[in-house]
Amino acid sequence: MAEHHSALAHQFDDLTQQWDASTFGMWVFLVTEIMFFGGLFAGYAVYRSAYPDAFAEGSLHLSLALGGTNTVILIASSLTMALGVRAAQLGDNRATAWWLIATLGLGSAFLVIKVFEYHHKYVEHLIPGPGFLFEGPHARQVEMMFCFYFAMTGMHALHMVVGAGLLIYFILQARANRYSPDYFGPVEVMGLYWHFVDIVWIFLFPLLYLIGHRR
Amino acid sequence: MTHTTHHIEPQKIYFGVFGALMVFTAVTVWASMVDLGPLSIVVALVIAVCKALLVVLFFMHVRYSRPLTQIVVAGGVLWLIILLVLTLSDYFSRGWLPAPAGW
Amino acid sequence: MSTARAEPRAEAPADYLNVDYGIRSWLLTKDHKRIALLYLASITFFFALGGAFAVALRLELITPAGDLMQPETYNKMFTMHGVMMIFFFLIPAVPAVLGNFLVPLMVGARDLAFPRINLLSWYIYVIGGLFTLYAVVAGGVDTGWTFYTPYSSTYSNTHVIATAVGVFILGFSSILTGLNFIVTIHKMRAPGLTWFRLPLFIWAHYATSLIQILGTPVVAIAIVLVGLERLFRIGIFDPALGGDPVLFQHLFWFYSHPAVYIMILPSMGVISELVTCFARKKIFGYGFIAGSSVAIAVLGFLVWGHHMFVSGQSIYAGMVFSVLSFLVAIPSAIKVFNWTATLYRGSIVYTTPMLYAFGFIGLFTIGGLTGLFLATLATDVHLHDTYFVVAHFHYIMVGGAIMGYLGGIHFWWPKISGRLYPEGWGRFSALVLFVGFNLTFFPQFILGYLGMPRRYHVYPEEFQVLNVMSSAGASILGIGYLIPMVYLIWSMRYGKRAPANPWGAKGLEWETTSPPPTTNFEKTPVVTEEPYIYSHEEELEVG
Repeated sequence: MAEHHSALAHQFDDLTQQWDASTFGMWVFLVTEIMFFGGLFAGYAVYRSAYPDAFAEGSLHLSLALGGTNTVILIASSLTMALGVRAAQLGDNRATAWWLIATLGLGSAFLVIKVFEYHHKYVEHLIPGPGFLFEGPHARQVEMMFCFYFAMTGMHALHMVVGAGLLIYFILQARANRYSPDYFGPVEVMGLYWHFVDIVWIFLFPLLYLIGHRR
Repeated sequence: MTHTTHHIEPQKIYFGVFGALMVFTAVTVWASMVDLGPLSIVVALVIAVCKALLVVLFFMHVRYSRPLTQIVVAGGVLWLIILLVLTLSDYFSRGWLPAPAGW
Repeated sequence: MSTARAEPRAEAPADYLNVDYGIRSWLLTKDHKRIALLYLASITFFFALGGAFAVALRLELITPAGDLMQPETYNKMFTMHGVMMIFFFLIPAVPAVLGNFLVPLMVGARDLAFPRINLLSWYIYVIGGLFTLYAVVAGGVDTGWTFYTPYSSTYSNTHVIATAVGVFILGFSSILTGLNFIVTIHKMRAPGLTWFRLPLFIWAHYATSLIQILGTPVVAIAIVLVGLERLFRIGIFDPALGGDPVLFQHLFWFYSHPAVYIMILPSMGVISELVTCFARKKIFGYGFIAGSSVAIAVLGFLVWGHHMFVSGQSIYAGMVFSVLSFLVAIPSAIKVFNWTATLYRGSIVYTTPMLYAFGFIGLFTIGGLTGLFLATLATDVHLHDTYFVVAHFHYIMVGGAIMGYLGGIHFWWPKISGRLYPEGWGRFSALVLFVGFNLTFFPQFILGYLGMPRRYHVYPEEFQVLNVMSSAGASILGIGYLIPMVYLIWSMRYGKRAPANPWGAKGLEWETTSPPPTTNFEKTPVVTEEPYIYSHEEELEVG
């Protein structure tokens, strides 16, 4: 006899099928995200192999301190996210809410630092376009490198903002005690999205900040 | 009512993975300060792939997921590789012809 | 034994059409069948609009001189024709209308995996369409549907951004539809419905969905980058920064080649259903057809460079893409062989859907074979950007995909609407379409190899006769499309009521009422046998 859990949608036979379909669906969506960012990585690969010196030069003008800090922050937010999913699996809604708040906090810190970084680039005239000014060799190709810096980190930041918005929703749901060992799928699905955004940064960090070697 | 036993990872595994990710991050920064020539991109990518694998397998639970999920992940990565390899094959082979290649 | 008699009803039981009335019940529905009809209405609108642009083109091309419109206007006409037809008609048509309606029914489910996402995908479609419509009324866009840089990113003065945003948004609709189908087919099949008992329509939509997932995001990022370059001078394709305009073409065609398989695979799925039903014979080579669908999806991703043979792409990459393009023809050919083998010694019934199926098989074969000339590097140098290419893809897209779509609409019309369409008019329009189509597009093969370029509003005098034939054919084609629109709408009110299974067809969708109830089945079906077990004893009588 199927028990009709309030969270069971009519098209599914039971919560297991619902969880299975939802997590599978998020994975399929993440494949689209791999290909979306993939286009940017393809362009990056083409131009970095054509202009290695210009890309290295441009990279030296990025703040390793801020980029490195952001990397630590984002990986930490993946930790808190994973712990939040775990808490939901155990039905501990209070802990879930707190871990997700921590995740939101770390994600927000990341975005704040990004704002500072972008502001620095603006002040240094390194934003591509008519205001771009670079004294040194390969100036135009350095500008190309910054095109990729802004396109890739900008697209990533946009995904972080969406993620932050979604986190607020899940925090509220957890505070309303929605999750249990039978029904935690939505938090897990949120986690998958968040971890994916972290993985994109795991690649962006060395590819943008660690090109030219600094001493 | 159907109940699935989902694998629940002990907290210390998650903390351990976090520690490993921190170590890898430090290594990749350090490696970038050494002049490895053309190898430096390879090293950077290998380390990034290791970090990504840790996140995928542990934080995203792929270690304990159905084979179908694993195939989906692998498929996505494979398609990214197809995009990269075939596109780059154009750029890398343009110089092979003695006639002017244009770009 | 006839199974085609309409059963009179004492009172109409609740079905998905009459269960609720009012515009809110349609605009806020979660029922995949209603969403399919929402899509039917909107894609028909865009088809009509795209057709109107085609009328403008063919009118101009009646005379060699550019005497009907300015060259810039002509450029806008073919651009908008392409954008509307490809993105707003062909990509969604079979999946969003027939797929949405039938996938849950064919797998024995109550709905798709994510009904609200399904509705969202329609709203996203509409919003994308509105952006593109805005571009049309605000003055149009003239880059060609291919948006090549640097014209689109720097030099064009037309509404590139609005159109690009419209197409970008539309991409999400396509992705969400594909996502829904993949999850539904994997996770919601009825008990006993193993993969190799699935209808070939499902295999076709599964393969299509894989392409939608893997390809669409790449054209999305390509469009975003054109937008960034236009708006913010983030010049990824800008030669002044050392950029390569051809990189845009790589990212664009990485999707747009597989996109043509998004447009044809679902129709191929329809044809498999039609051929087996109207030859009253189990489909020949089920496994080969299923496998070919997936093979087309996979191989289709490896050939995009054949659009770029003369772009400056390396010759060596060109050779690789050429060989791979030959390979991708093979699974398509396998399908044609299997359909033909199914027809052989079948008891063929010449219903309207079957006429469309015959049209498809013949015209798709011609279109596909002409693709080989284009896949061959040496001949493509001469044929690229000529009317040969235009004829090639119209044979596949109009002679193939649209005929498949219309065949499917007619085949499942009784299920969708609960009414029978007038069979005489159906057959008549199919013939009109076939004649009009060939008259429009066959001359274009000749024009192409004689050297007439595409996207030109003027041409040398000696090409006029063929162009006039083509324009004349287009008027017949237009009539062929109009007639079904009239009688299908007429049938919704005045058509004979349809029984559950007017064609005596096999498949779970035929085991429920016409139209089905909202939850599709009284009880979840259990599948115990292979698909398409037709027998010659069950002759079909058609009125």
